[in-house]
Amino acid sequence: MTIERIGDHILWKRQPPAVVAARFAGWLVLVAATLWCFEIMTRDTIWSFVLDAPRQGADLVGRMVPPRWGYIQELWWPMWETLNIATLGTMIAIVMALPVAFCAARNTTPSVLFVRPIALFIIVSSRSINSLIWALLLVSILGPGSFAGIIAIGLRSIGFLAKLIYEAIEEIDASQVEAITATGASGAQTLVYGIWPQILPAFAGVCVFRWDINIRESTVLGLVGAGGIGLNLQASLNVLAWPQVTLIFIVILATVVLSEWVSARVRHAFI
Amino acid sequence: MSVASGTRWHPQPLIADARVRWALIIGATLYLILALASIDVNWRRVAEGIPRAIRFIGAFLPPDFTSRWGDIWAGLAESLTMTLTSTVVGILISIPIGVGAARNVAPVWVYLLCRSIIAISRSFQEVIIAILFVALFGFGPLAGFLTLSFATIGFLSKLLAEDIEDIDPASAEAVRATGASWLQWMNYGIQPQVMPRLIGLSLYRLDINFRESAVIGIVGAGGIGATLNTAIDRYEFDSAAAILLIVIIIVMFAEYSSSWIRQKVQ
Amino acid sequence: MLRLEGLSKRYKTGDLALQNVDLRVPAGQVMALIGPSGAGKSTLIRCINRLVEPTAGRVVLGDTEITALSRNELRRARRRMGMIFQEYALVERLTVMENVLSGQLGHVGFWASYFRRFPQAAVDEAFSTLDRVGLSEHVDKRADALSGGQRQRVGIARAMLQRPEILLIDEPTASLDPKTSRQIMRLICDLCAERGLAAVINIHDVQLAQLFVQRVVGLQDGKIVFDGPPGDLTSEVLTQIYGEEDWTATVRRKRKAVDPDDEDPVLDEERLAGNV
Repeated sequence: MTIERIGDHILWKRQPPAVVAARFAGWLVLVAATLWCFEIMTRDTIWSFVLDAPRQGADLVGRMVPPRWGYIQELWWPMWETLNIATLGTMIAIVMALPVAFCAARNTTPSVLFVRPIALFIIVSSRSINSLIWALLLVSILGPGSFAGIIAIGLRSIGFLAKLIYEAIEEIDASQVEAITATGASGAQTLVYGIWPQILPAFAGVCVFRWDINIRESTVLGLVGAGGIGLNLQASLNVLAWPQVTLIFIVILATVVLSEWVSARVRHAFI
Repeated sequence: MSVASGTRWHPQPLIADARVRWALIIGATLYLILALASIDVNWRRVAEGIPRAIRFIGAFLPPDFTSRWGDIWAGLAESLTMTLTSTVVGILISIPIGVGAARNVAPVWVYLLCRSIIAISRSFQEVIIAILFVALFGFGPLAGFLTLSFATIGFLSKLLAEDIEDIDPASAEAVRATGASWLQWMNYGIQPQVMPRLIGLSLYRLDINFRESAVIGIVGAGGIGATLNTAIDRYEFDSAAAILLIVIIIVMFAEYSSSWIRQKVQ
Repeated sequence: MLRLEGLSKRYKTGDLALQNVDLRVPAGQVMALIGPSGAGKSTLIRCINRLVEPTAGRVVLGDTEITALSRNELRRARRRMGMIFQEYALVERLTVMENVLSGQLGHVGFWASYFRRFPQAAVDEAFSTLDRVGLSEHVDKRADALSGGQRQRVGIARAMLQRPEILLIDEPTASLDPKTSRQIMRLICDLCAERGLAAVINIHDVQLAQLFVQRVVGLQDGKIVFDGPPGDLTSEVLTQIYGEEDWTATVRRKRKAVDPDDEDPVLDEERLAGNV
């Protein structure tokens, strides 16, 4: 805030002019950068394709509708596989994320200097690489199939789970832990009595949240050969069987809605 | 009331009803057995893959940045430009939708409309949206840009709407009581309360969009993902390792700088 | 019983919280530690069971030198010192019984405590202690469902279950209303008398301290500036501890409570509970 006096009047401005100018410049830079990026990005775009999009879209819808309902018979098994990839992958991730989280949290890590940076590095690398990329790598190493999908989901989820859990650990009430320590409890007992009950709701919520995301992710892993309904999607796309693609989209939508409902219920139960 | 000595004590179970508890335990065990039984692991194929896994891990020391640098650079440029443009466009569109999807400031019909837009955007994986956009707009980063913008809308509008619904109603009401118009009310009563978090969320989404841009290339929507896909298809693990390292470093950089900016804002 | 010799604590920030404190607490004595915020009361109490590591000096409990113990030996020594906290410090998502039984953690192995398999003797003791503090109705409630006074009773029961020789009590009444504060103080002092326990009580409320304890120690800026019976607390002493203020009301009330001829003490207590 600045106040200026001109004769009898007091002029009030929210910010000094220099700050206003700096802000304006900042916005200008952002707009310019965006336009510049857009320019670079679309350098190789064939605009006739883009202009053709509405007609293409109408054409595509025409080919996608009606969905081929009979195809559902072939989707039951891939759906079961998709569910398994998400669930088993999440379980593996939970088991591995817990120790990482305790090593990464400032208040429980054995060593701030050595162990914590390693744990943080594990978290960042796992989070930076999408499960589809993990799947791409694992399929070329382990061969196609849902096994690669499970490991891919697991590896991607470790970082996510560990990050959210370690943040929850850092937010716990230290006095409750102090009280347990004061009874002469051992380190492991302090963990179970003082820390674990405090992070349990956050832990359950985070796990179910990630499971929900993993259901979504596991639907596309098949595109790179890692099992699940994505395999059927890839096969249908390859032969341009659009009515089957529509049905697959509908099935995925239904599964996602269902998993969201389940995760909301479970999170509610743990508060 | 005094308790006789020798009284047993058991901790309270999480689920009070014993029948529900056992049904859940048995159901979960059964599911686990069935699920584990239905994975078929081709151990011979896994064994074949082990040397490749070792080669892949070995490829990190040292990763090969040079032989495919032209491709890597082109992919990276596409990814970065895609990230920035899609985040900016996504934010611009998601602000009105987010406001419309907040029950305490929007009329019912607007609320329902905006909520269904959000639901559609959130239900599909970015990759699936990318497949559709590639079919519509042709291969290349433009399809990726549209995909990420669309995904940003679902993410940002939902969180913004929840934020607006969580604001302190008293101070918003106080602004309204001064006789302010709807826009003035938004500007004075709502915006100051949600702005810091909106900035934080936007930065977070920038980070997510970059990570996603490394993926949607696999289905033809441009970016570093296409380069990575090619490298792995050709078993050029040293180039793949280089790309992964670049992605990790950029994500780390984005994460640290965004947390720094968020601290400045709050 | 408890002996502090030349105890000093300097925090990493450079603050000198305790300066060369010498103190002896004989068995069975209930002692109040008074002083302004930041005088080092909490640090002193935490240095005794080494939740805060003292920088210099010795802490001796009975014939054990606490400050010389290894981590494992310290664990065993901590069982002998029960601690009661200002904000109760119950594990809020555990039940009352689990919180009370956690006082036994030093005596049972990890897996037994993990599966909540405590020895029957401990369970019996937990039940009778809960009965003694008046909480036998609430055994299976979660700690966060209780009121402040009830929570502090759980905290007391937890400390009792350690079968301690001394109680370390940090602001037991600071989060409670006046009436509950007095009930809690009375409960603590009665339990100490019943079991012959010594206690060190950090307390803000000078009047409350005067009503219940046998000895008052005043701490100011990390140093002991007063040590004596509650009757010796004069305006000058309080000024020395806390700084300039009108202390006449505090001093007078204490006389009333001490002098049995003056007024019916029970009546006085009731009035105080309503007034303060």
